[in-house]
Amino acid sequence: MRYLWLRRVYQATFLALFLFLVGVTTISFISGYPVEWFLGFDPLVAIATALAGHTLFVTLAWSLPLIVLTLVMGRFFCGWICPMGTLHHFFGWVGKLRRVPDRVKLNAPRPAYTLKYYLLVGFLVAAVCGSAQIGLLDPIAFIWRAFTTVVMPAADNTAYGVYQGTRHFSFGGVIAILFIAALAMNLWIPRLYCRLLCPLGALLGLLSRFALFRLQKDPDKCKDCNACGADCQGAAEPHGTLRVSECMLCLNCQGRCPRDGIRYGFLPSPELTTDRLDLTRRRTLTAALGGLLAVPLLRAGSGSEPRPSPLRIRPPGALDEPDFLARCIKCGVCMKACPTGGLQPTLTEAGLEGLWTPILVPRLGYCENLCVLCSAVCPTGAIAPLTVLKKVGKPPHQEPVRIGSAFIDRGRCLPWAMDTACIVCEEVCPTSPKAVYFKLETVVTRDGSSKTLKRPFVDLDRCVGCGVCENHCPVYDEAAIRVTSVGESRSAKNRIMLTGGRV
Amino acid sequence: MTRKNNPDLPLADALQRAADNAGKPRAYTRREITSKIAQTSVAALATLGLGTWLYDRETARAEPLIKMRDHRIARPAGAVDMAIARGPDAVENVRKALKAMGGLETFIKPGERVVVKPNVGWNRLPEQAANTNPELVAEVVRQCVTLGAKEVWVTDVSVNKVEQCFARSGIEAAAKAAGAKVVLPGSTGFRAVAVGGRVLQTAEVFWPFVDADKIINMPIVKHHGLTNATMSLKNWYGVIGGHRVRLHQEIDQSIADLAAMMKPTLTILDATRVLLANGPTGGSLDDVKRFDTVAVGVDEVALDAFGAGFLNRSPSELGFLARAVAAGIGTLDYKSLKRVEL
Repeated sequence: MRYLWLRRVYQATFLALFLFLVGVTTISFISGYPVEWFLGFDPLVAIATALAGHTLFVTLAWSLPLIVLTLVMGRFFCGWICPMGTLHHFFGWVGKLRRVPDRVKLNAPRPAYTLKYYLLVGFLVAAVCGSAQIGLLDPIAFIWRAFTTVVMPAADNTAYGVYQGTRHFSFGGVIAILFIAALAMNLWIPRLYCRLLCPLGALLGLLSRFALFRLQKDPDKCKDCNACGADCQGAAEPHGTLRVSECMLCLNCQGRCPRDGIRYGFLPSPELTTDRLDLTRRRTLTAALGGLLAVPLLRAGSGSEPRPSPLRIRPPGALDEPDFLARCIKCGVCMKACPTGGLQPTLTEAGLEGLWTPILVPRLGYCENLCVLCSAVCPTGAIAPLTVLKKVGKPPHQEPVRIGSAFIDRGRCLPWAMDTACIVCEEVCPTSPKAVYFKLETVVTRDGSSKTLKRPFVDLDRCVGCGVCENHCPVYDEAAIRVTSVGESRSAKNRIMLTGGRV
Repeated sequence: MTRKNNPDLPLADALQRAADNAGKPRAYTRREITSKIAQTSVAALATLGLGTWLYDRETARAEPLIKMRDHRIARPAGAVDMAIARGPDAVENVRKALKAMGGLETFIKPGERVVVKPNVGWNRLPEQAANTNPELVAEVVRQCVTLGAKEVWVTDVSVNKVEQCFARSGIEAAAKAAGAKVVLPGSTGFRAVAVGGRVLQTAEVFWPFVDADKIINMPIVKHHGLTNATMSLKNWYGVIGGHRVRLHQEIDQSIADLAAMMKPTLTILDATRVLLANGPTGGSLDDVKRFDTVAVGVDEVALDAFGAGFLNRSPSELGFLARAVAAGIGTLDYKSLKRVEL
């Protein structure tokens, strides 16, 4: 029983650590914390982005020890560490059935639980095809995305923004519904997400077939009461032949056993544990084919290439779009870290393939000139590491990192359309010399008097696309100066000016 | 029963063990345990090894750039630099001019891969003079094939839909009939090349121009709204893909930069029909005038200086020529070259 408590302490500690790291991912507290750490040791993110991007980003090297530990000890991550798993565990407990035989039945293996392995195969094949879609279901990316875009903003906005100011995330409601659904599934079957869908669990399950240490029952003590199966989180059949790939080492079986008949030890009898997965070759191949077809279908059907959406303004340092989509797992850590709240999850701006990847929405928040937080926290290097000097283009870096270009809408601009003075876009422009500049023009106003106005222009050789002008423009709904993605440094094609000479 | 007086010791021992263990699950054998530990160790070491091999601190990396080759040939002292042939038969003109240059065989060797680059920019008929004369292209291809060229590629990165440009210009049919492979550029097959020019740093060059051993430039002389004239130098716009319309922001220097990157073996300038206005697309036959001239040479700048005359321009009026001279690509004073007029 004491090991059960140890497990609960671990779960609580790691959940608290996760919440702490989420909590400090804001401009006031972030300094010095490796906030992306949970994603850093997520082996699925490491493997999928390495398959798609062909290298293992430094942050993801944390996953190597976890893989090795899993190879030796089994799938302990799911039962002891995973913050999403702990939430599932909790909600499974909330919905727990009263009668033991009912629970034994509910926590028995089902053929459907093989689905996660097929999903894993499909997602990894998609990764080989250059698309990091794994972030849709990876539990750490899932929970980060939910906390960034829904949970924290909802709590904070209710508390009048005491924590980091009110935040709004584009169609976060969709993410909220999926998150609530994933948790609510536990009220029906405990850990249903883990058992049925979780591709990280599937990966760790595959790795745990190598495990040298396993749970095993003692046949001498067992009186076939079946109690061990009552709360088995993985539906791993501890009373029969334990399915190692499904076992999350939660130790509920040990805790439940009235005769202390289950122990965790070195290579028990081959007849007491099994490595079998019950996958069929035909289904595995179908899953692989699904992954193979999904990528071209997502791309062809999105209309996002070769002409990007003008709204697809990527964070500074983001790799060129194909490389970006090979690494971005849509976790939303960058959006959480963004001090202005301008980084938002896409809905359609980057096509179906780019769903929930980050874009800057300058009306909601601009890109702070001397800030590189998003690149500092990106766990996969989809936003490549950036220094402030590199971003602003000081020597030895000659060109600043541009994320887009600003355009003036003369039909909405006060000095252009209303003969009214306004200098806000020029005032806030952070480049030096300023990208927004004036030409003095004397006009005859409606009442016949003449007036000299400062009419703004944009010098695209200076503009970095930060969007502070659009953010501050007094035309409150749709600004009179707006940024689009054209001119972004990362792309050789999405450009206007010949400056730089990359054709 | 004691072990001592039992002759069937091993068998009895095994039977005894089996009786003791009846109903109990069997344990792993030593061999199985060794194998299991070995498997786990190999998997762990493979993980760490792969992780170390793929370890990466910087995901952003510059695309590797290739450099274009120099396709010119060394010419003997006293060789003809430029040959101008006039006459009603275009094919006869190019034959005469090539012969005066020493014959195509001095430029193309057997087994070489040759790319012939006419101007096939537009979905226009030959009579509209927006594209190079297909008969000239066919004749050059035929000579290359006869000389034993391993491949003769005819290609251009057209402005209008490439399939329609090659069909309507007559160049696809003529070149194929003469034995060429017509290579139509699609969305792939472009290679990142270092240009290192004054305004162009990199460009996406269509693969035949990168792979070829020899390059024959086959422009047509015509009017151009921005540069006033398009001839040999401007024809290199058609080797690149990418977002190239931006070149018009710095068109003269862009042309010079591209021309400095491309060093063709030979240039054949088509002034059989010349589009005098509404270029580079044209359309009306009223804008087309026959000059029935073909000029062949190794100095593109000199050829363009000569060709400017058909458009009633002096070479000094063409900004790209001044930039090309500044870049050391050639000379405007074509009359100073060793020249043959036929």
